[in-house]
Formats: sequence, C-alpha cells, structure tokens
Amino acid sequence: MSVKQKTIDLRKRMQEALQGGGSKAIEKQKATGKLTARERIIALLDSNSFFEYDLFVEHSGKDFDMDKKYLPGDGVLTGTGTISGHPVCIYAQDFTVAGGSLGYMHAKKITKIMDHAMKLKVPIIGINDSGGARIQEGVNSLAGYGEIFYRNTQASGVIPQISVILGPCAGGAVYSPALTDFVFVVDKISKMFITGPEVIKTVLGEEISMEELGGARVQAELTGNAHFFAESEEECFEQIKKLVSFIPWNNTKKAEAFPKKSPKTKSYKIDSIFPTNPQLPYDVRSIIRAISDDSDFLEIHERWAANIVIGFARLNGQSVGFVANQPLVLAGVLDVDSSDKAARFIRYCNAFNIPLVTLVDLPGYLPGIDQEHAGVIRHGAKVLYAYSEATVPKLTVILRKAYGGGYIAMCSNHLRADFVFAWPTAEIAVMGPEGAANIIFKNEIINAENPEEMRKKKIAEYKKKFANPYVAAAYGYVDAVIDPSETRHFLIHALDISKDKQETRPYKKHGIPPF
Amino acid sequence: MEDLEQKSKSEDTDDLIYQDFNIDNVIYRTTIPKRNQDKKPYTPKDPKEIYVFIPGTILSIHVKKKEKVKKGDKLVTFQAMKMNNVILSPVNGVIENVFVKEGDNVNKSQIVLKIK
Repeated sequence: MSVKQKTIDLRKRMQEALQGGGSKAIEKQKATGKLTARERIIALLDSNSFFEYDLFVEHSGKDFDMDKKYLPGDGVLTGTGTISGHPVCIYAQDFTVAGGSLGYMHAKKITKIMDHAMKLKVPIIGINDSGGARIQEGVNSLAGYGEIFYRNTQASGVIPQISVILGPCAGGAVYSPALTDFVFVVDKISKMFITGPEVIKTVLGEEISMEELGGARVQAELTGNAHFFAESEEECFEQIKKLVSFIPWNNTKKAEAFPKKSPKTKSYKIDSIFPTNPQLPYDVRSIIRAISDDSDFLEIHERWAANIVIGFARLNGQSVGFVANQPLVLAGVLDVDSSDKAARFIRYCNAFNIPLVTLVDLPGYLPGIDQEHAGVIRHGAKVLYAYSEATVPKLTVILRKAYGGGYIAMCSNHLRADFVFAWPTAEIAVMGPEGAANIIFKNEIINAENPEEMRKKKIAEYKKKFANPYVAAAYGYVDAVIDPSETRHFLIHALDISKDKQETRPYKKHGIPPF
Repeated sequence: MEDLEQKSKSEDTDDLIYQDFNIDNVIYRTTIPKRNQDKKPYTPKDPKEIYVFIPGTILSIHVKKKEKVKKGDKLVTFQAMKMNNVILSPVNGVIENVFVKEGDNVNKSQIVLKIK
C-alpha cells in the first residue's frame, strides 16, 4: 500500500473511532442539554489547540461477551491543548460510549494523561460524565479508580487539578473530583453522590430524586463539594478559563502577572459602602472590588458558607487570594462550614504561591449547641492551622470588629501575618464591648442604684478605651493604622516588597492538621 | 455601564431580608440563611427511650411490656444494611411500652420502645 492508501486507511479508522457511541447515543446526549465529550473539550480549549491521544485504545474486558464489543476510545477522550496559550492536559468521559463507564483501559488512558501532566508540570482538567464502574470488568475497574485517586493525591499541591462534572459522577468516581482543587458543576446536568437514589430506596426505604440528592445546587449550596456553579456548560467553560488566569501553572511558578488596572471607584466607593457602626451589615465583596484591579473578583464557593468570602483578584496585576468575613451573612461569624471553606483555600494559595489578603470584620465564632456538637473546635482550628502554616506573603486588613478568637484566627500578627493594617474604625478587643463590660464591671453594675444605667455607662467607657485599633497598635500587633482610601496603596507596596519573601518551617514529613 | 452595575448591585442588597442576630449580647443586622433559621431546638436524649439508629426492618422483639430488663439485655433485632443489628438495653429497668411489632419497617430515629 502506498502512503496515500495507508493514510486513507488511517482516516477510515479515525472516522470510526470519532463517532463515539454513534448518532443515536449522541442524539440522546444532546436531548438532555449536554454537549458531547469532544465538543466540550473544543469549547474549553483555544481553537484548534486540541491534540488527541489514545484514540485507538480498546477495552480489555473478556467476560460477559464484552470481548465481542467495540467501544470507541473506551469511553474517554484524552489529550493536550492550550487555554489562553498555556498548555493543559485534559480528559473527557464520553457518556455515549457504554455510558462513559470506567473499565481498565478507560482508567489507563486517564492515568496516562495524568502522568503526562505531572511530568510536564501543567494543569490537569477532567470532565466527568460517567455511569460509574464498568461492572463487567469487575475488580479491574476498581483498580482503575484506585490508580486515579492515588495520582490525584500525588498531584495535589503540585499541579492544578480541575474537575468538571457534566453528567452523573456516582459511587467511588466522586472521590477523584473530591481530591482535586476545584470542582465545577452545571445546573440540572451535574449529579454527584456516593449511593444513588435506587440504593437509598432499596436499603433505607427513603425516596429522593437524583437532583435533590446530589444535583448541582445541592453540591454548590449545601455540601460545599462544588466550588463553581453555572447555569449552562458554556458559562461553566468561561468560569474555568477565568479561574486558570488567576493561578500558576504549577507549584514552582507564580501566577502570570497581568497589566495593572485601577478599581472602578465610581461603582465601588468605600465611603458609601462601609458603615462605621459595627452592628450594621454591608457586602464585603464590594470592599474587595473597591481595592482590586478593574474591580474584578472571582468568587469561589459563592453559594456555600457565605458568611466568609474567598476568591481571587489582582492587585497591580498580581494574583492574590482574598479571605474576608462577610457581615452581610450571619454577621460574618466563623462557624463549622466557613472555617472549612477558608482553611482549604488558604492552603491552596500557600501551595501555589498566591499571596493572601485577609479582610477582618467578625464578632467571633458562632455560638450554639449545634455548632459545638458539629465540632466547631476541630473545624475552627483548621483556620489557625492553615494561616500559621502558610509562608506566602500574608497581608491583613482589620476593617471593624476583630474580637476574641476570631481576631487571632483571621491571620493576626500572632499567626505571622507579614503586615497587619487596621482602619481607624477597627475594634480589636478580647470580646465585644457589651460582653466585656458585663464581666469586668460586674460588681459595679450589680451594686449600682440603677444597674441598667451603670451597665450602659460602663459599656460606653469600655468602648471608648478599647474599641479601637490603637491599643493593639501600641503593642505593635497592628503595623499601621491607615486611611481606608489608602488600603490598595498599602497592600500593593506590601506585595511588592514581599516578592522574594522567604520563610522556613521545621522539617516534617507532613503536619497533622485537624482534618 | 458602571452606572448600571451600581444599580444592579444596590438592587441585589435591597432584596435581602435583614434580621437581628444576637452574638454575645450585641444585636447585629445581617441576613440569616435558611439552614440557620430552620434549626431545631436542642433536646437532650433520654437513655430510656430506645430509637433505631438506621432505617430497617424489625426481625424480632426479645422483651414484652412490663418485663424486667438488665443493662446489656437484648431488646430488639432489626435488619438494616444487610446486617442483623441488635439493640441492647442501656439501663436496668422495666419495659414501659413497645411501639413496634415484628416485620415493621422502621425509619431512622423512630422510637421502638421505652423503659421505666
């Protein structure tokens, strides 16, 4: 055969493999509002940048007549490409081929591209759309999952790992996304659970739909398993492209610097956003926007544990991770979920050389029997651990309340913040003035002729003396008390001079954080 | 463009339902997510009320009303998660009431019997 004939033969083979599960299966996929695996990759990557590998891999199942079946590409696409010109490794499960079920060779394709990502030190993006383990392949499909989980763990903190849930992701399969850095879900398309509605019904007799059990909203609002929620696949891909612009390509690099831009100060004026009365709410995201480049803030976990805000923005072109108490929700308290949310993000930023900017305004930890019983001690400790452990530049701005344990936890000087700034509205105290006055002046209040009046007087006295940033500043716990309008200015300078920050930690195999 | 953003932003916050939230005797104006509003008040568990800890089917009841039981005696066997689970008496006492019969399907946290 001539080269030409051989090439024609190749084209024929490719054509066969490229049709995936065939036109009927593709029609079915489209009917549910989903793109095909290949369409998804093309939509996400730069145009014409996708190079596919292992197209001719065949499954290795022998039992239950599987040896007579042909599964194009064994139900998963793998390859490399670029996003905004930067290389990525990617795989996408093809639901049209045997329901995207994971057999031995399917898993082998995934682990092979993961190994590439680790060697090339580039992000790995996994698009999940699979019915789960290929039962016909028995323990080999379990082996496949295990190999993926092991690699997810090895890659954690080395290269960015992004999971996109665009279909069912059930049973053991959900543990791969859970081990990765960011999980994206799309309304009505994503479904994640360990045991599905069928099993729950037969074993426990409880009836629930897939959507109510583990749909996109559940994962984004209730469980916190998903970091980003989108209404459509297209919106989801835009979110991913935006996210990768903020993060470095691996843990030896810094995030790419962008041209600096001023905040949109017409829309976001600190003066008009910020009430000085510590009992009044405001949206802390507006403060973040008021100080960030182009007022551009990419929020993570927007719908879950909203009493703390986390996400990426840029200061003078440089990526930073913001952690901010949100007085708009639950007065900005730390609780079980918000501690968990903040701690993991702090560790992410530290692993990937992204400086941390912490905005503090919280009355403390959420009081309550349910919180204590849910383990707020263990979860709250994660925040202390994550901040103390972090060696990236750590900048803190105390906006208003910083009381008690909350003050310490929110990247205080004591947890080795590099710079702590405080607005003149800051109240740094061992507890809220009301509570403190009640304890300190207990006898005077009880013995007074008019206890209520005395209480008010003593609270006012305490407020005047302690509800300010100057006591902490007198001890050097606050590095500078600043005019709020100078916040961006101070932060940018602090970032600039912290560029080559070096801080070592004692040698250890790894710490024992309160997981 | 910027004006539009400003408008939608203030509309967003205007739609919110603000509530008072007491922390350490200070009232804060804030929003309270549904999950936090729906909280049930805490009630301490009575060790003499026996509940199933997982949904399942009652296989056998080993005691009768008014029967004396000692701590550690078998009370009920029920099947759940393909296992025969046995509930033992946590206290010494007398069976005050039995609320289920053999073959019953029980839900999580359903009371099965009470000890005096």
